[in-house]
Amino acid sequence: MNRIDKAFKNLRKEGGCALIPFVTAGDPNPDATVEVVVEMAKQGADIIELGMPFSDPLADGPTIQAASFRALEGGMNPDVYFDVVRRIREQTDIPLVLMGYYNPVLKMGLGTFAERAVEAGIDGTIIPDLPLEEADEWRKEARRVGLANILLVAPNTPTSRVKRIVKASSGFTYYVSVLGITGARTELPPELAQGLKRVKECSTKPVAVGFGISRPEQVRGLRDVADGIIVGSAIVKMLHDTFAQKGLKDAVESVGNFVGELKKATLKGEEV
Amino acid sequence: MKQTKFVSQPDKKGHFGIFGGRFVPETLMPAITQLEEAYRQARRDRKFKEEFNQILKDYVGRPTALYEAKRLSEALGGRCRIFLKREDLTHTGAHKINNTIGQILLAKKMGKKRIIAETGAGQHGVATATAAALMGLECIVYMGRKDTVRQAMNVFRMELTGAKVIPVDSGTKTLKDAINEAIRDWVSNVETTHYIIGSVVGPHPYPMMVRDFQSVIGREAKAQLKRAGAGLPDVVVACVGGGSNAMGIFYPFAKDEGVRLVGIEAAGHGVDTEHHSATLTCGEPGVLHGTMSYLLQDKWGQIKGAHSVAPGLDYPGVGPEHSMFKDSGRAEYYTIDDKEALEGFKLLSETEGIIPALESAHAIAYLKKLVPTLKEGSTVLVNLSGRGDKDVATVREIFKGGDVDE
Repeated sequence: MNRIDKAFKNLRKEGGCALIPFVTAGDPNPDATVEVVVEMAKQGADIIELGMPFSDPLADGPTIQAASFRALEGGMNPDVYFDVVRRIREQTDIPLVLMGYYNPVLKMGLGTFAERAVEAGIDGTIIPDLPLEEADEWRKEARRVGLANILLVAPNTPTSRVKRIVKASSGFTYYVSVLGITGARTELPPELAQGLKRVKECSTKPVAVGFGISRPEQVRGLRDVADGIIVGSAIVKMLHDTFAQKGLKDAVESVGNFVGELKKATLKGEEV
Repeated sequence: MKQTKFVSQPDKKGHFGIFGGRFVPETLMPAITQLEEAYRQARRDRKFKEEFNQILKDYVGRPTALYEAKRLSEALGGRCRIFLKREDLTHTGAHKINNTIGQILLAKKMGKKRIIAETGAGQHGVATATAAALMGLECIVYMGRKDTVRQAMNVFRMELTGAKVIPVDSGTKTLKDAINEAIRDWVSNVETTHYIIGSVVGPHPYPMMVRDFQSVIGREAKAQLKRAGAGLPDVVVACVGGGSNAMGIFYPFAKDEGVRLVGIEAAGHGVDTEHHSATLTCGEPGVLHGTMSYLLQDKWGQIKGAHSVAPGLDYPGVGPEHSMFKDSGRAEYYTIDDKEALEGFKLLSETEGIIPALESAHAIAYLKKLVPTLKEGSTVLVNLSGRGDKDVATVREIFKGGDVDE
């Protein structure tokens, strides 16, 4: 069984909600990525989303754009990326999801990319510029090697289309919380819970929510309606800022603490 | 990749052979579907077409002249008849306005009150701002910071017509990054906003729709040549950045097998350097800005920066239908570098008293290479896609001995 499915199965038994932190691989450098991911796993992350940088990340806001740019400047590429994954995999069994744009995947060749991803220890992929209509070939390759192919649903996706997407999605379905790009938001849309419910009604598979979620109180507000909660830009920003000011040790520690806090916020019975 | 079959229309999902398609975030799918449907209806709607044509006639100044450039022809040896399709004479000075009028009418039809656009040279931005002013719609134009500096006059023109120009500081700070930023805006404001893409690029239905709006160029030219007794041209020449002026003049001739279609890409400092925009000549298929097409990319699939002295050609992608034309052999694509383009700029100015846009100067410059290879008495149709007013300051600096780069 795929590590992602296993993670959700275990969580489901306890009625828990997955915490899925995101970092951009190679920001601030590949060694730091390995350390921070391992620390996040220790502090209670259930699944890790690991960004593979692209020169033109059109679904991302300024924080992840800047992180991608820094990582690319530092020499990040799919070879280095898979090496980072391998090193993480030596230290932890946490499910790893690759988040990346389609062109680098296409350039390597879908079959080769899928094989190398699995070999390195990736469990699933999220490709935000590969909607259902264009995903057939990638889905075939992903299925062949046992990679989950996680598709996205947006608040404006018509229900008939939601049904087709959740059917084609594996691992989990990624519900985009807002009409917009990635990045921390002080307020999430009031209709978010309703939107999530609409998707969950179409599916028996897990639904995780992401985009804009940055604080424990937001996590508390969503833990009863979502199977998983993705926190990206807030972690990327904390990692970058702390690293720049105080160095790697402090950066890893503060991200770890933050992830611990977020995980606690996913637990039922925790104070709202 | 040579097997791509020639198809005159994209398939239902917007594929031209292996190219095209819709590679966009899920949030944009409803907007793209809505646009596709609105355009499908508009295509069959007589009233829509009448309104479009009326504006093209009264406001844009169509049909544009077809002019036989006899002194230019003589300067090139007098072996061929050369006709210029004068898109430089349209309102705002380039072919871009044909498309923005079409799309602004669609935006109105869809009830969208807010218009966004990207621009490189500023010609599409100006054409969008103009169309938005004409319809009284809010207009926001994304433009790479570098381009706002080298095309400062066009920034002011946009502002004069009421548009807001937002400089883009991400990535290479040029056209490709302006498109990224426009797409990000669209994702965030999709319900109120229509994105007017300026070329035959982007997700389906844009490549098809922009082509259709621009093909008025080729249809007019075809009829005008016939009236001039010249019949079908032997060769049609146009510059290619994203490729909208080229597709606009090529498309009505695509089924005329005897007509050679020749697209000219910008070789910048040379195709063997890192500084060019010769996407079809040097690129490889990939996905950028919602479509599968030839791209300038590195071995890892990261998109490379492009360069040309002509900012309107400065794009690392190209329309998917051009990619199909290249692979099927229906069109040929060659390059002209910065230096040659400047010679073409001078040549047309001096022989005909027409100052071309630096983009169009690439097509003119190619005639020097093309004409000697043609049969005596051949007819060549060139799309003079824009006028050079926007470029005179740049060219003046270069002729004074400045840098060709900026």
